[in-house]
Amino acid sequence: MSDLLEIADLTVSFDSDAGEIQAVDHISLTIRAGEVVGLVGESGSGKSVTAFAILRLIRRPGRVKSGTIRFNGVDLGTLSEEEMRQIRGAKIALISQSPRTALNPVITVGRQIARLFELHGGLSARDAHRRMLEMLSLVRIPDPAKRAGQYAHQLSGGMCQRVMIAMALATSPQLLIADEPTTGLDVSIAARILDLLRELGAKTGAAILLITHDLGVVAETADRVVVMHAGQVVESAPVRTLFHQPAHPYTRALVRSIPRVDRTVTMEPIPGAVPSLLDPPPGCRYAERCGWVSERCRIARPPLTRVVADHEVACYGFEERRDAAG
Amino acid sequence: MGFLGYLVRRLALALPTLFGVSLICFFLTYMLPGNPAMVKAGPFATPEHLAEMERAMGLDRSLPEQYYRYASGLLRGDLGESSATGRPVSEDFVQRLPATLELTFASLIIAIVIGIPLGVLSAVHRDTFIDHVGRVVGITGVAMPSFWTGLIFVYVFFYLLDVAPAPLGRLGAGITAPQHITGLYVVDSLLTGNWQTLRSSLFQLMLPAATLGFSVMAPVARMVRSTMLEILESDYVKAAWAAGLPRRTVIYGDALRNALIPVVTILGIVFGFLMAGNAVVESVFAWPGIGNYAVTALMTKDSGPIQSFVLFVAVLYVAVNLLVDLVYGLADPRIRLG
Repeated sequence: MSDLLEIADLTVSFDSDAGEIQAVDHISLTIRAGEVVGLVGESGSGKSVTAFAILRLIRRPGRVKSGTIRFNGVDLGTLSEEEMRQIRGAKIALISQSPRTALNPVITVGRQIARLFELHGGLSARDAHRRMLEMLSLVRIPDPAKRAGQYAHQLSGGMCQRVMIAMALATSPQLLIADEPTTGLDVSIAARILDLLRELGAKTGAAILLITHDLGVVAETADRVVVMHAGQVVESAPVRTLFHQPAHPYTRALVRSIPRVDRTVTMEPIPGAVPSLLDPPPGCRYAERCGWVSERCRIARPPLTRVVADHEVACYGFEERRDAAG
Repeated sequence: MGFLGYLVRRLALALPTLFGVSLICFFLTYMLPGNPAMVKAGPFATPEHLAEMERAMGLDRSLPEQYYRYASGLLRGDLGESSATGRPVSEDFVQRLPATLELTFASLIIAIVIGIPLGVLSAVHRDTFIDHVGRVVGITGVAMPSFWTGLIFVYVFFYLLDVAPAPLGRLGAGITAPQHITGLYVVDSLLTGNWQTLRSSLFQLMLPAATLGFSVMAPVARMVRSTMLEILESDYVKAAWAAGLPRRTVIYGDALRNALIPVVTILGIVFGFLMAGNAVVESVFAWPGIGNYAVTALMTKDSGPIQSFVLFVAVLYVAVNLLVDLVYGLADPRIRLG
């Protein structure tokens, strides 16, 4: 698989009255064509900011301070606003959190989908309408013709999310960014939405960047997982490796914090909170919460280094332990 | 049922308001100093003559009875008489109303056409030069009393620059009124193809409409700005950007369509404000409308027209706000009527 999206050294900061908030700090990640990548972290770890940075939709007071984002080999930072607009929605689509509020309340859901066919596909109003109805059946909305004429407030949460997925897939994007797609949905509906995403992703060949705070969601859906903590990438691994041999102490803690019914192991919450991103210390941002912390963690930030092929971790403690063992 | 049921219920709810308005108007007149019978009978009336007149006017009856006579008169369309013109107030009203409506609509159009884009621009370019200019213009419009704005406009555009006509009514000298269809000169002259009259009536309308429009433009612009600011940060606008919709579509389609919903409410209030604000501006521009009529009546203590003007503006206000509520249901699909 070739690289579809390549984020290198991306830093996004927000100016506030108190100072500069580093929401995303020198992160790098790669998504290959057709791959499902889970981007995991607690609230405030910079996941959604990363998504908006990919779409080049970071607005004041936020700004991209450094880094490049290449899509199909093209540096998105060099495109004009008009060129970028033609990528948004068409090549890279976003499924937002909170499906109900992400749909325009005064435009029928059918119209919101159909106009994307007109805009990005150049279809006539008639053809766009027909394709819209097809999309609604594809995401398994019953009675599409009736639902198309309704407004977001007339649909259930799960139904709204299906509409969002239909919108996102309408233009057969190469990359689908799903930002917490199951927030606010109950468990069984969430599971069905994830199945649908995965299935349609496979069918259309779209890569998916699945942003979530829920490792359970990732376990079921993703091929590979990237773990973020306080704006930094701490580990990246194939999904099985991540669950069976987590390397970073944060990932280990995350895995241990998943409630399980099949074992008698007690669930352990992660101590401490995500550190303030306002003028953060130079070293590892997990240092204050970490059991493996040593002096060098506080001085310099550990680089992402390879554990085995396709498994990278940013932790001095892990390296020391591995070297001692090996 | 649905819409019709809703309409009937809303109309029923308007009745107590109208009853209250008629009570206030009645007591307003009752409290006015002076005896209307004495005014009508003249200074040389004998006491017998005066008593006769009071009986004829029903002033010797009890208060509830007098109100009953007044209210039932209102229901028959009897607004009383103007002692200045000697004609029924209703006749004077019908004759002058089109002038007021024409001025009100023109000002409303100016307020909308300038206020809405100004609000959008201020929101999109928040805290920039454009936003600050919009704010200053808006505050000036609200802060300056409209008769003062009107005088300044007349001074600058008529006296100094000579680009506007003299503030003397609805038509220039020597121009005849168009055939009466709606009573609105602009509309009537358009319908009859009377271009010379159309030109003259638009020309005369320009300054008074700008004066009134300027005074109410600000609330419209402020309302649009604040709702736009909120909506531009909403999830669905972010989703619209992420879907690659063109800027124009996102701002004027997705965002403004939602921002206009609360603006409809403001327009109802603005309309009421314009009807009342007319009074002063009509005087400045010698505009032969009901506002001017009321101001003249006020100076000659002619109670009939004053009372009727208050009543009329109040009724119109109730009616317009009812209309606004109905339109609201059309503009916002989330509101289920019925």
